[in-house]
Parts: sequence; structure tokens; C-alpha cells
Amino acid sequence: MIVVKPKLFEEIRSMLQGHERILIVGCDGCAGIYETGGLRQAEILKQRLELAQEIKGDRKISVRALTVLRQCDDDVVANSLREAVGEADAILSLGCGVGVQTIADAFEDKPVFPGNNTEFVGMMDRSQEKLFERCHACGDCILDQFGGICPITRCAKGLLNGPCGGQVKGKCEVGRYTNDCAWVLIWKRLKQRGKLDQFTKFRPFRTRQHSPKELKLAITVSKG
Amino acid sequence: MLNVEPYSDLMREIKSGRFVFTGELEPERTTDLSEIIESAKDLKGHVVACNVTDGPQACAYMSSLAASYILQKETGIEMVYQLVCRDRNIIALFADLLGAGALGIKNILALTGDHSAVGDMPDAKPVFDLDSAQLTYMIHKMVDEGVNPYGKPINKPPKFHVGVAANPNADPLEPEIFKVRRKVEAGAEFIQTQAVFDIEAAKRFIEETKRFNIPVLVGIFPMKNYRIADFFNKNVPGVSVPTELLKKLEKVEGIADKNLRKEKCDEVNLDFFIGFIKELRKTPAVGCHIMAVGYERLTPKLVQAVR
Repeated sequence: MIVVKPKLFEEIRSMLQGHERILIVGCDGCAGIYETGGLRQAEILKQRLELAQEIKGDRKISVRALTVLRQCDDDVVANSLREAVGEADAILSLGCGVGVQTIADAFEDKPVFPGNNTEFVGMMDRSQEKLFERCHACGDCILDQFGGICPITRCAKGLLNGPCGGQVKGKCEVGRYTNDCAWVLIWKRLKQRGKLDQFTKFRPFRTRQHSPKELKLAITVSKG
Repeated sequence: MLNVEPYSDLMREIKSGRFVFTGELEPERTTDLSEIIESAKDLKGHVVACNVTDGPQACAYMSSLAASYILQKETGIEMVYQLVCRDRNIIALFADLLGAGALGIKNILALTGDHSAVGDMPDAKPVFDLDSAQLTYMIHKMVDEGVNPYGKPINKPPKFHVGVAANPNADPLEPEIFKVRRKVEAGAEFIQTQAVFDIEAAKRFIEETKRFNIPVLVGIFPMKNYRIADFFNKNVPGVSVPTELLKKLEKVEGIADKNLRKEKCDEVNLDFFIGFIKELRKTPAVGCHIMAVGYERLTPKLVQAVR
């Protein structure tokens, strides 16, 4: 899923300076599931903004918090927010960067601000209580060749012919030897599977898609 | 590439069967190479070629291409132009290689490069459009087929010999050996290794890479003083300076008289590395890459002692 991380409260306050009727929009998708940008986080942020305004004696603001099913669907956004957006003079999205842009496109006359930083496409490791980056969405999946470990994402240099000289005892110099060297992980996994021939293969450079990617929907959607 | 008449002094020396010595020079954050030119002159006649580093430890220093050209011209020693993939995409790498050909560069050391995160401009965007194996492959195509990576012909293709790096200290070693294999497959013609202090590690590496039939120059790192030894020990990934050697250098540091201190420091280094090189000469290694950066005065003494 897409992993988002809340911006610092002071940064959010500063972005919203001069706005009086603020609509905070959570997302029940990735941000809601990981509890970094769902309804609960929207409500907490509403309370903090109101409290800060009271303490600092700023101009009176009104804040409304709600959530939508997913911010990455233009119909869902337009239909769920139409009424609430009408009253607001600023929208704060707690979705990912896609959510912010979907709302901004749906309501072109309203300023939309990001309440979160979009970090990465990741997986949840419940035992460590951590989220880990796992995919760069490169558009050319090669995981079959690397024992299911992505060198594009998990090697700091994104090398196709690793490991480099920056690995020590299976750890990467980037991050001061706290992160695993993806190439040592790949070597171990392929070795375990008896597939070292895949490891030793020289890989030429990849082709890249430079323009923003688009895809035709595989399903028919009802126009709402 | 090994079947053609060598383009460079370095490759000629490797093919001659004589034990080869190469040196290393490091242009820094300056526009002035006069000091390096002076110290490089000490190396003439003792090393066949000198590497010129390209932003080592991801620090933004003078362009290695400009420095390679100037140093080669001013000292008469052939340079090995080190080229890293960290700062340039494939277009820039290709363009710099054509430039290097025009400037009379004969040897390239194709490197991936330290990550920008560990350098003196840690927010720089790391490029890594290619890695060292892919860069090697591109150079091989330029030289041997006279084409760019997309098959477009080059008017008067450059004549380079392309070398690569490897780390005999790597732990685990096996993936490193496999990486060497890929680089050989991509067209690498010689290896200059990361600094090694443990002769057994050097022997193991040479043994493991023997089957690839590629000449290996084992890297050594003589240390001008204890401070440099300590820094190297703490900051260079995967290489440790033997404790006993560190202690000896620390002891030398305590000598008050400057000349005596220099003399003793040279003694400590010579004592260690003469023994190391003598052992190395018993192996199939074709030579030794002496990374005595800022400590050029040691190289002639060392080379003379083991010739």
C-alpha cells in the first residue's frame, strides 16, 4: 500500500494561515488502514487546530473533519465531498499525493493542502511494528529473476548487477549499516533455491518510460 | 579485447609478464594541481600508470577527466581515468568517454561509485543510471564495435582498456566473486582491487578469480601517519587495518622530531608492505596497485625493494 506520514503540526498550521473554514479530508484507503490519515487522524487534527487557535488567540476558525472511501477515485471524491467543500475555504487532505491531486482536480477553485508526506509503496511488518518500502512502481517488474526481492527498490543504488563495495557483512553503507544489502539477500535467497545461475547473469541497462504513465481501466465503471 | 595490440603502457606492461605497479592520485577541492604534479613526478619510472580518482567517498572534487588529462600531460605518466556512475547518466558517461578519447586517455577504471549519501554533498541526487558492469559493457561496445549502446556508429571510436574494481575483503565473498564474473562477461580487461592488508584474503580472491582469466592488481594502502590509518580503518567499508600495524603507527606519531618521525613511519610501512608484496609475487596476481595518496615518497622505496 501507499505509506503516508503526517507532516509536523506547525507546518500544517503555517500552510493553513489566512483560512477560516477548513475541511480536513481523511482517506479510508491506505492512509486509513495504516492509521496515518483516516477519520480518527482527521478528528484529532481538527481538535489540535481548534485548540491551537484558542491558545494563541488567532482569528476564529471553523474546522470540519470527515473521511472518504478513497481519495484516489475522482467520482468518489466529487460525490462525497461536494456538499462539504461548498462551505470550506481550504481543504486539507490526509490522503497520499494522489488524493491531494484528485481533490484539487475535482474542486479547482479551492486550495488543497497536503497534511501528509507520501513516503513509499510498502508492506507492514507487524512483528517489528514497522512499514518497509518494497516497490518503486517502475512499470517493468523483474522480481521473478531476483527471488522476490526487488533490487530497484531495496538496493540504495538500484543496481542490476550488485552487490557494490558498500556492503559489509550484508549491511549497506547508506544508513550506516542498519539496512540489509538487497544484493546479499538476493544471493542468499537464490542460493537457497539452487538458482545461483540467475545471480551470476550479467544484466544490461533497462528501458525506461519517461512520460507519466496511464492505463486503460480493465473494468467497466458506472459513472456516478 | 585481450587479443589486440595493447593501446596503453599499462596493458603492454601487464602483457609483458613483468610484475606491474600502478599508483593513485587524488585531485581535491581545488583548481590547482601543482602539488600533485610535483609528487606524481616521484612516481615516474616506478609505476607504469596512475589512477585519478573520481569524487572518492562521494566528495565533489576536481573532475577526474580534467585532472587525468593535465596530470598525464604534465608528468608524462599514463593515467587511469576513474569514472563513476553516481553523478552521470548514460548520456553524460558516453560524452565524457568520447572526450577522454579525444584527450588521449588510454585506460578507464569503470566504477559504480560511493553513494552520494556518504559524501560532502549528501543531498545530491544519486544517478546510477548504469552500474559498473553496464558501464564496462558500454565501453567494450564503444572500443571493440565502435558503436553507442543503441548501435549508432561512432566516428573514430576511442581506444581504451577498461578495468574494474573488486573487494577481496568482501564478506560474504561469494556474491563479490559472481560480480567479478559478470564484469568479465561485460568486457573488463583488468582488475584493481580495494586495499587489502590480509595477504590470505588477497590469495583467496586471486584463487577464486583465476578461472575468469583476468589480470588482477591487488590494492595496497600505505599510510602516511596514524591519523590517516585510523580514518581509513573506521571509514572505508569492509577493510580493517591490522591492529599491530595501527599500534606501530601510533607509536611513531609520538616521535617529536619531524624527520625522524617520517623516517620511522616509512620503515613501518616498508616493513609491512615489502613482506606483503613478496608473498603476492608468489601468486598469479599480475601486479600491485599502490594507493599511497599524499604519500608518494614511499612508492619508489617500496617498488625498488621488491623489484
